[in-house]
Amino acid sequence: MSNELDALYQEIILDHYKHPHHQGLREPFEAEVHHVNPTCGDEVTLRVHVDDGVVTDVSYDAVGCSISQASTSVMADLVIGKPVAEAMGIHQEFLTLMQGKGTVVPDEDVLEDGIAFAGVAKFPARVKCALLSWMAWKDATTQAVPSDATASKEI
Amino acid sequence: MDGLLPELDVIRKDFPILERTFDNGQPLVYLDSANTSQKPQVVIDTMVDHLERHNANISRAMHQLGAESTEAFEGARDKVATFIGAPDRDEVIFTKNATESLNLVANTLAWATGDLAVGEGDEVVITEMEHHSNIVPWQLLTQRKGATLRWFGLTEDGRLDLSNLDELINERTKVVSLTWVSNMLGTINPITQIARRAHEVGAIVVVDASQAVPQLPVDVAASGADLLAFTGHKVVGPTGIGVLWGKRAVLDQLPPFHGGGEMIETVRMDISTYAGIPHKFEAGTPPIIEAIGLGAAVDYLGHIGMEAVHAHEQAITGYALEGLATVPGLKVLGPLEARERGGAISFEVEGVHPHDIAQVLDSRGIAVRAGHHCAKPAHARFGVQSSTRMSSYLYTTPSEIDALVEGLEYTRSYFKLG
Repeated sequence: MSNELDALYQEIILDHYKHPHHQGLREPFEAEVHHVNPTCGDEVTLRVHVDDGVVTDVSYDAVGCSISQASTSVMADLVIGKPVAEAMGIHQEFLTLMQGKGTVVPDEDVLEDGIAFAGVAKFPARVKCALLSWMAWKDATTQAVPSDATASKEI
Repeated sequence: MDGLLPELDVIRKDFPILERTFDNGQPLVYLDSANTSQKPQVVIDTMVDHLERHNANISRAMHQLGAESTEAFEGARDKVATFIGAPDRDEVIFTKNATESLNLVANTLAWATGDLAVGEGDEVVITEMEHHSNIVPWQLLTQRKGATLRWFGLTEDGRLDLSNLDELINERTKVVSLTWVSNMLGTINPITQIARRAHEVGAIVVVDASQAVPQLPVDVAASGADLLAFTGHKVVGPTGIGVLWGKRAVLDQLPPFHGGGEMIETVRMDISTYAGIPHKFEAGTPPIIEAIGLGAAVDYLGHIGMEAVHAHEQAITGYALEGLATVPGLKVLGPLEARERGGAISFEVEGVHPHDIAQVLDSRGIAVRAGHHCAKPAHARFGVQSSTRMSSYLYTTPSEIDALVEGLEYTRSYFKLG
């Protein structure tokens, strides 16, 4: 019983939940989006600041469960400071992990703390929690930069 | 404990799913009956028997099976009429679910002429504790017709604020639509009192009885409702079948909803005339097996007795409220006394999100609902995004409530809350 739960609630996830990184809404920003998970009501308002093709800041105000809050914190850690195309590649890598139903082995070099979410992929009801802010970030970033710059490195 | 159903063990044996265990050997503790109830063997058997031995379309097949199927389907209508005290069995309309019943009313009102017509300057009154399915159809109606949507607010303890009853329901009010029992707060609303005021000003009263019909003895004629909606799957029946009951005088005035087979009297290429109720509102082949299953379900509940079911729910709800009060940091949303309350209890636990609570409980075999329970405005009223909801039914035992309380304590320790 506890093992199954521990696979979901990795220490890394609980740490990010209790102490989220990059929280709060900051200026400057080029795009702000508001995304909701209609089934549970979780919400995130997220801003992206892109400077010279680099994701310079991601700031957010979010309400949600431990998985969604931790995922937001990890996502901000991963994309801030990265060129937009590289960040989009990380987004794609995380999406693949989440949609893999627990069969995808995550690459720690790319996803860092994000590998802790591998267990979430086995709980279909929680995948949306983990993806909420990632989808919001992609939406905001797409709005913030010209379309040709958002193409992920892998695609 | 006073009020519990006698022979609760026997009742539990009627519901095969309650024997279910999960991979880790945990028995099921099903506390999500306000979401959907479990089904007794008699409902399952009735539906299977019909499929195996009597299946045919109704009202259009000139053969023995067609006659048997029609008889079973119309027999189910009789059973539902008896169960809810409908004065006339033709006042029972079969729909897909309560949502469709409410949309049927809101849509046909948009097309109605005469006394029931809703137009500019008219008002529709709902409440802040409605399920989304009793909010959105009225938003659509009032937006389309240039009417105004108004609503009762809620008191701190989760009841309707009736202090402005006479102002809110006034000469401009055409429709008052409200829930009998809240699916989130559990509150039982004084629908008869509100209906009296609505009728004084000539408004019609629509009651969402989705949580009431499963839990209370319901007498539609005495309730004050002109129209009343509920769904089959919450009264130990199957999904896919709902009911709209309405007074004949009102239903006769409403225009048809869906056009198609079975709802007509005669059809020419340029114009048609329509069948009388109930068929006027039942276009197309209905969910026959589901209606027959619902008939078996209300027979089952009628046999146990809704007074006894209600007393059981009150006993379990009181026990649950006591148990939940012992969990540190837990706050119940809604009335804190079992009296005047249905069997759904929504709560928050400080420091743990409802999703996480439900996940930990699920790992112990305990099924609850987490989220906004399709009642976002009611959550917003109490300043919360979402909540965890336990909901009991006639098969719920005190030991299942104990398991919930222990599970919540375990959840707090899992998330390292002092």
